[in-house]
Amino acid sequence: MIDPARAAEMAARDSYGRLLAFLSSRTHDIALAEDMLVDAFVKALTHWQEHGIPDNPDAWLLTTARNRLTDRQRHQARFPTDSEIPDMTTGEAFEERVPDKRLSLMMVCAHPAIAADLHVPLMLQTVLGLEAKTIAGLFLVSPAALAKRLVRAKAKIRDAGIPFELPDADRLPERSAKLLEALYALHAHDWLEPEDTLGDEAFYLAELLSRLMTDNAEVLGLAALIAFSHARTRARIKEGVLVPTDEQDTRLWDDYLIRYGKRQLSRAYSKSTIGRYQIEAAIESIHILRKETGRTDWEALNKLYFALLNLAPSAGALVAQAVVTARLHGPQEGLASLAAAEEQIGSGFQPLWAARADMHARTGNAADAKKSYEKAISLATNTPTIKLLTKKLALVQPH
Amino acid sequence: MRYTFLLYTDPADLADMTAEDWAAEKEVYGAYIGALQKAGVFVDTDWLQPVETATTLSLKGGTKQVQDGPFADTKETLGGYFVIDVPDLDAAMAWAEKCPAAKTGKVEIRTSAMGAE
Repeated sequence: MIDPARAAEMAARDSYGRLLAFLSSRTHDIALAEDMLVDAFVKALTHWQEHGIPDNPDAWLLTTARNRLTDRQRHQARFPTDSEIPDMTTGEAFEERVPDKRLSLMMVCAHPAIAADLHVPLMLQTVLGLEAKTIAGLFLVSPAALAKRLVRAKAKIRDAGIPFELPDADRLPERSAKLLEALYALHAHDWLEPEDTLGDEAFYLAELLSRLMTDNAEVLGLAALIAFSHARTRARIKEGVLVPTDEQDTRLWDDYLIRYGKRQLSRAYSKSTIGRYQIEAAIESIHILRKETGRTDWEALNKLYFALLNLAPSAGALVAQAVVTARLHGPQEGLASLAAAEEQIGSGFQPLWAARADMHARTGNAADAKKSYEKAISLATNTPTIKLLTKKLALVQPH
Repeated sequence: MRYTFLLYTDPADLADMTAEDWAAEKEVYGAYIGALQKAGVFVDTDWLQPVETATTLSLKGGTKQVQDGPFADTKETLGGYFVIDVPDLDAAMAWAEKCPAAKTGKVEIRTSAMGAE
């Protein structure tokens, strides 16, 4: 769900991201563009209060930022001439003169020459205007260290000459893949406090990207995946306890996001190029369908996980496939699948033990169920998951 | 079993910090400590003054030697530690992965030789 206050905040960010992308692409200096733009926003606060909000606030902000750059140029000759940033007072159509350069900016943030763990923080900071301190708090990383790394990354983008033009057709697939990986990492991040952390932001970026790259099936697939997942936010935790997808109250699922996800996924299918994000979105869509049909189609999930494991094997998909196997063919089959999975992924993956415990409990093997729940609890680092596993452990009855 | 996380970070990352910066830093570590406590695995932690303030003392060789500074000069220095009580190394690693220091520095995980209390 997107609440009105957050929606207003997003609209302000929309303008910030667009202007920052434009200024960055002209100056090739993100930090400088940020300074100019923040300064313009600060000026706007007092000026608009006294003189009213201008007809085109974005044009006003851009002109103010541009004047600030001209001031700087008097001191430092290295900055580009101001002719490169249009003067908005001439009144030409804003949209034409200030093209949306956010895709280029996102591509720069997710450039292979920038450390992969900075791709997401850079995007959140530049496209959405989030403060380094806020990002650090959410990702539980030292704010001072992150801020310093972001400053260094922006200096590298400027000094190493990472281009703000879109990559050519040869390089576009590889660069888009990096961008999608970053967005997926944001979506799939294992938060310490899992309550709706940056869900709106992940959806905003995926939605923006799907408008900027309308022909890329995987972009549309990822937008669908994030929308479906975000649609279930309110149902995911009940009274502090995690609720598994197939036990969630579907009335709490967000219909707007579900419709959006379905639309994007069918657009993705129409491109006839399959990929992992589309498959993951298809898996989500099967779960989402329970809202209409009242049941989960485990056969369909089985086929989709099979396809996903072929294309993009992961610990999560291996365990999920075993869970589906247990649903279709009984817990013994599921346990065999988990044993095979453990050979590949090791013994440190919490969902593996949670699934194993559930299966032992279903076969009536209380001793192994208990041991597996305890192991899963020891590996869980967020409270809602620990609470769910503890509740299940308490329900294990010796036969 | 008790595990100690030795947190190694680059002191340059923490240079020129304002009081506000430190407050933000403490908030992030506070959230991590809170999660450890809620999970019932927290034992102890401390945050150390920068390595320049270290004093190294040794009586090895028969005479007392006092050195102004750390015993070894390294780029990443010991900045603090956590002690947690979890069943095994898998669980210790799951928590080390969430430790703020792991994301910008290194976390050395050491098993207690005294065993669990």
